[in-house]
Amino acid sequence: MRSEGYLLKIFLVVYLLVFFGYLLGPLIVMSITAFNSPSFPKMTPWECLTFEWFDVLANDTRILNGIKNSLIIGVGTVILSVILGLAGALMLTQIWPKMRATYYTIVIAPILIPGVVLGISTLVFWDRINVMLGFETDSFLNNGIFLTILGQSTFIASYCMLVFIARLQRFDTGLTEAALDLGATNVQAFRKILLPFMKPAIGSAAVLAFLASFENYNTTTFTFGKFPTLTIELAQKVRYGINPSISSLAFIIIVLTVIGALAHEIYIRRQQLALANGAPVKAVANGFKLPRIFQGNPAAIILVLLALGGFSTIWFAQVYSPQECILDVREQKRILQQQKIDEIRQQRLQQQQQKKLQGPDIFGSDKKAPSGSGSAPQSPGKGAFGDIFAPKNLEKTAPDSQQDSKPKNPGKGAFGDIFAPKNLDKTGPQENTTD
Amino acid sequence: MSRGVEVNLDNVWIRFGDFVAVREANVSIKGGEFFSFLGPSGCGKTTILRAVSGFLEPSEGTVKIGGRDMAGIGPNKRPTALIFQNLALFPLMKVWENITFSLEVQGFSKVDRRKRADELLEMIALPDQGDKLPSELSGGQKQRVAIARALCAEPDVLLLDEPLSALDLKLRQHMRTELREIQQRVGITFIYITHDQGEALTMSDNVAVMRAGVIDQIADGQTVYDDPATPFVASFVGENNVFRGTVKSIDGEFAIVDTNRSGELAARIATSAKSNLKVGDAAMMFVRPEACNIAPDDAPGKNRLTAMVKHEEFEGQIYNVFLEGSEGKEIKMSLVNIGQNRQSAEGKDLTLEYAPEHAVVLPAGELASE
Repeated sequence: MRSEGYLLKIFLVVYLLVFFGYLLGPLIVMSITAFNSPSFPKMTPWECLTFEWFDVLANDTRILNGIKNSLIIGVGTVILSVILGLAGALMLTQIWPKMRATYYTIVIAPILIPGVVLGISTLVFWDRINVMLGFETDSFLNNGIFLTILGQSTFIASYCMLVFIARLQRFDTGLTEAALDLGATNVQAFRKILLPFMKPAIGSAAVLAFLASFENYNTTTFTFGKFPTLTIELAQKVRYGINPSISSLAFIIIVLTVIGALAHEIYIRRQQLALANGAPVKAVANGFKLPRIFQGNPAAIILVLLALGGFSTIWFAQVYSPQECILDVREQKRILQQQKIDEIRQQRLQQQQQKKLQGPDIFGSDKKAPSGSGSAPQSPGKGAFGDIFAPKNLEKTAPDSQQDSKPKNPGKGAFGDIFAPKNLDKTGPQENTTD
Repeated sequence: MSRGVEVNLDNVWIRFGDFVAVREANVSIKGGEFFSFLGPSGCGKTTILRAVSGFLEPSEGTVKIGGRDMAGIGPNKRPTALIFQNLALFPLMKVWENITFSLEVQGFSKVDRRKRADELLEMIALPDQGDKLPSELSGGQKQRVAIARALCAEPDVLLLDEPLSALDLKLRQHMRTELREIQQRVGITFIYITHDQGEALTMSDNVAVMRAGVIDQIADGQTVYDDPATPFVASFVGENNVFRGTVKSIDGEFAIVDTNRSGELAARIATSAKSNLKVGDAAMMFVRPEACNIAPDDAPGKNRLTAMVKHEEFEGQIYNVFLEGSEGKEIKMSLVNIGQNRQSAEGKDLTLEYAPEHAVVLPAGELASE
């Protein structure tokens, strides 16, 4: 019995490890690659601690422009969705009871419709409107920001509405009646009674709307026009090759999210703690009491550690320069490559000597020196060009296999794939930074 | 404070679809009067109040306040203020902001509002509580804040929808006197909705007793109690012993009823029934428990009946005796506790007597269901 419980516990721990590893593993790996110097995001082999990818990110105008567009669209979507959602939710409380279920289904439908469909239909619909009104093709109705805000709001407004409905269900309509009875107009009753009551819901709906807008891809991809958002830019970047500056962006977003979540958690916990201790509501609502936070609140401690870590990172980044390390690594690589070249030359010499001994070769052509593009000496066992033009060769040049695998089969490729086309790409960012 | 104005309901009908909530209500409430609507829940009294305050329009008939027809005038334009059953204090506003909400919507400055709030807080005996939130007040305090909030709007008519129902007994009794005092001080018309006859009788100048959308009687409290207009009023207001039967003879003010189980009994004919009660009509005779007494002798009479004591309940100032008359007729008698030896003992047969002028005869009709 007892060992069974023990086993169960072990199983639980393993399960939790696997579970959290699955959840958080990719994020951790991505974060680490942001600090590694190789130009392709990778965690192993660890070469040099570097912050250059943050620099690259900060100087990447497309990413920055994407962030700017995302923010503009996010704010626009928040405003539009919150207003639409609130109106929709209020409508639900006012509508004829028999219509309520039908109305609810209709306004909730956009959540169930795929974002791609919404994107296409937004594009088509406003294009039609544009044509009907006889505007130019570059009118605001075809503007990427306008379309994206409208397209995203079609379903984000429904999310907001769900949040508002939940809050409205706890609203006592007697309060509105009381306000009216005391002489308030309908607008005053709405502004002074209902709106303050909805405030927390408006806050959470706004956050929800902003996050949903910021991360949206499949609707935006049809509507962005000349204003690509961050997600669009990232997707395009990945298509044309990736470098760790994206990891560094991911790292920043992860850290911001974690800090935000922890701060919120602390706020909630503190409120609950204070309420549980019988503190009046007023005392909970304001004031920031530091010592109390630390009492049995791991989230607070983590946040403080994170903040300290952040500050020390910034300080370290300013003091530490990875250039030396990167130069070292580069030097090592250069030496390694030099060695390989030397080896190959020696081999070639040997081969030429052998051939001279054997007489003229099958093609009867002269033996040119390698021109650097890839025409290579023949290796007799393998065919005229030593397989160097075999289509798979290019793919085999995975960055980590280059150093150790090639020297072992010198007969395979003349230059150990040093001049494979992708090699140039890989060294690109490193050269950038040395500029 | 403005003097109260009169409120008139002329032939008011209120329907919700096929359901008639209020049927032909004719009420005239004098200025400065404390008027109550009394009835069981679901009888339409709150509906009438909402029609007066403007939250719903009558399907037929007119509501006049101060002689002015209120049709088409919204609740925010009517000279009424309503105190809600659940008080409906604004939970996110401080007490003083709650009280002066009516001034805020009129655009008064914060200083003025604060000053007025302090005056009103003084009046309701809650000084220095203005900066609290309603959730920090006790039930009775909230009650008073709600009253202050309504009074701050300086209404001509104050409408109260069972405002005391959420309070405990002691506080309720205390608030009754307090409400009455406030009404006399400010002098405006109060319209009070309640299902508690004690509240209605103690506070009101006049009471309208309602049954299923119909107003059965409008009169002052004593008249409603002593001279009910219908069997429903007789059985709903206070307690009553009911004797069903037929009218055997009529002699001026009095009639003799041949009751089904308790023989012939004499009683006064109710004012409302004087003109139409005839010999042979089905009738109901009502005798209040406190009108019964133990007869000095066993001689039979038209105002006497015999019954066996089943059990007793001691209630402090009175004790209730539950008896069983002939054929199992249940009779209740209340005796004032004045320190006498109680003559009732379980299983003992007693002869009860009552003064015929304290009993009433009404044409048979619907009773208040218990």
